[in-house]
Amino acid sequence: MDTINLTIDNKTIVVNKGTSILEAAAEVGIEIPTLCHMKLHDLNIENKPGGCRICVVEVEGRRNLAPACCTDAHDGMEISTHSLRVVNARRTVMELILSDHPFECLICAKSGNCDLQDMAHQLGIREVHYKGEQSHYRADTSPAIIREIDKCIMCRRCETMCNDVQTVGVLSAINRGFNSVVSPAFEMNLDHSECTYCGQCVAVCPTGALTEVDETGKVIRALADSTKTVVVQTAPAVRAALGEEFGLEPGTLVTGKLVAALRRLGFNYVFDTDFAADLTIMEEGTELLNRLNRFLSGDKDVKLPILTSCCPAWVKFFEHQFPDMKDIPSTARSPMQMFGAIAKTYFAEKLAVKREDLVVVSIMPCVAKKYERGRDEFKVNGNPDVDHVITTRELAALIKLSNIDFNALPNEEFDNPLGESSGAGVIFGTTGGVIEAAVRTAYEIQTKKELPRLDFDELRGMEGIREATIDFDGLPIKIGIAHGLGNARKLLEDIQAGKSEFHAIEIMSCPGGCIGGGGQPYHHGDASILKKRQMAIYREDSNKAIRKSHENPYIINLYKEFLGEPMSEKAHHLLHTQYFDRTEKVKI
Amino acid sequence: MPEIKLSENTIQLIKNICAEFENKENELINVLHRVQGKLGYLPAEVQEVIAKELNIGVARVYGVVTFYSFFTMIPQGESPISICMGTACYVRGAEQVLAEFKRQLNVDVGESTNDGKFSINCLRCVGACGLAPVVTVGGKVFGRVAPSQVKEIIAEYTQSNSADEAKSA
Repeated sequence: MDTINLTIDNKTIVVNKGTSILEAAAEVGIEIPTLCHMKLHDLNIENKPGGCRICVVEVEGRRNLAPACCTDAHDGMEISTHSLRVVNARRTVMELILSDHPFECLICAKSGNCDLQDMAHQLGIREVHYKGEQSHYRADTSPAIIREIDKCIMCRRCETMCNDVQTVGVLSAINRGFNSVVSPAFEMNLDHSECTYCGQCVAVCPTGALTEVDETGKVIRALADSTKTVVVQTAPAVRAALGEEFGLEPGTLVTGKLVAALRRLGFNYVFDTDFAADLTIMEEGTELLNRLNRFLSGDKDVKLPILTSCCPAWVKFFEHQFPDMKDIPSTARSPMQMFGAIAKTYFAEKLAVKREDLVVVSIMPCVAKKYERGRDEFKVNGNPDVDHVITTRELAALIKLSNIDFNALPNEEFDNPLGESSGAGVIFGTTGGVIEAAVRTAYEIQTKKELPRLDFDELRGMEGIREATIDFDGLPIKIGIAHGLGNARKLLEDIQAGKSEFHAIEIMSCPGGCIGGGGQPYHHGDASILKKRQMAIYREDSNKAIRKSHENPYIINLYKEFLGEPMSEKAHHLLHTQYFDRTEKVKI
Repeated sequence: MPEIKLSENTIQLIKNICAEFENKENELINVLHRVQGKLGYLPAEVQEVIAKELNIGVARVYGVVTFYSFFTMIPQGESPISICMGTACYVRGAEQVLAEFKRQLNVDVGESTNDGKFSINCLRCVGACGLAPVVTVGGKVFGRVAPSQVKEIIAEYTQSNSADEAKSA
């Protein structure tokens, strides 16, 4: 590849042709400030509209300042990243952005985590010299995501995630000039659109323009109500990320402290969604084998591949975009909903508590779960199986609010009977994990032999689409994996075209799976954090005494005492669901 | 927004236009231009068909429609009135002319009269600055228009329309 020489702040460097000034500077340790720009290296995601102009630099001999993010480095360039002219321009740009931004930092949900706030601080802005009209646009609240457009700086990161990465296509810049905003088509509200609530827009928003619906107040009230028994479940990906909110290194596992914190918050029982993940494997794995065996025996009514159904954003995605394929995914409910259904029947009966007096709170890495819990099919006489969903971030806020010194907490254990889980349940938190967990159980049920190994490295990784063939004792099982809805779409289109040869496909909406969920601590554009969380999840798995879902003694007991067997009538009623064609629901 | 049920023919027409541009996403502006040329405007339902054909989100289509003032989501009147707001016309009183049209027809810019006869739009320079302020109605250009002439211009089209109707009856 051709290389070029240039100097940046008097440092001479050699870079490949086609490198941007921003990337060239980074190679010599100079971090040019950016605002709209975002590059998630490992995931091949980039937002580079060149809109904010914060990253301007001075190029010797060039008339105007150059935006570093979208100007290629050229041979012989002499660049200054902090000359007087640059600093003045950068501050002017920042002041102009702030002149149309509400000064609500003290009470903003994003305060302390806001890229705009950080940048204003970094640039030393102490006064905004430009006073003028401010743009106003109505706020939009949906079951999961709040749009406060007045706080939008038009960086277009959400648009990149929604269109290019997720191919959901709900958010776009509309109108022109001062009146331009990011909005669904025809300025409809989010809850009327095809939004999947994956929350990847929230995950990348640099300001408080896009945030999750805050349910911490409801949780606090439930905990204070002495007539209620409040149980909590925590999703696998939460334990691999929560520590970041308390200054711990990304990838630090905080399972024990998480349990301790929840107990101190006042939850009566601290349970684990991982338990329900094991239950999901029992149901979904059995369904997979049923369909597979009928297919192999020539039953023409059986459709393969079977698709996983744990991810609520993925479910909403295919209900809107591929309604003709709604009979292909597994009918198994997500682990969160399975937990809710079991807690409000099996566990409530054990406690002799009415379901109305049992409150189920979920700690999720996800904002779509807030929507999922409200779906009508997950309610009994109007009472939802899951009452409240808070994200990893909201839990951190709750812990801080409650004067709990998280890092000083001891490690504690989950309660039983809904707190014990296998390593298979843990790996639900990362892309590839659900299908690996399913393989561990399905293999042993199908072949009636013990697995020769437990780690399926061929199913792991960060590639957007992966495939592997697993040998089921002479029977080759073809498995596909996609994370990110754009990648899922590619696999679905192959199925539609009859080109898919997979027996089973795992799909997770968020890049990286739940570890990269829209409710996780903000990664601020550093995708290496997701890899560290992923490694933490696999570490937790290998540390578990039990690593196969069907060997979890509490799962075995649950079937013996209550459910009968996988896919029994009772299991079907409580643990399975149906999907809907939502194409007609979208109305302007 | 009133809901519109597109006829099969209209849907086919839109599909054909998209196909002419090989259903390419980056031909969106050309597709919108052609479709508006055929249908007169781009209601939501039309944008949904285009989005599907070009395999993009309908928000992207709507984003482009709302970015360019040329595109409209409101049907044009039988006699679309355009008032030039270019510099020359503006300084010679186009704003007062526009205000008079709005007053007489009781509609705003971008709207059509209830009977569907007239719609008002602004445009930027028709290249006849010597005739400023300029108003076009359909294909016809009116130069040096004063607010006092607005009534006359409207009457010309109201009468000719009713004359046409009389003839066809």
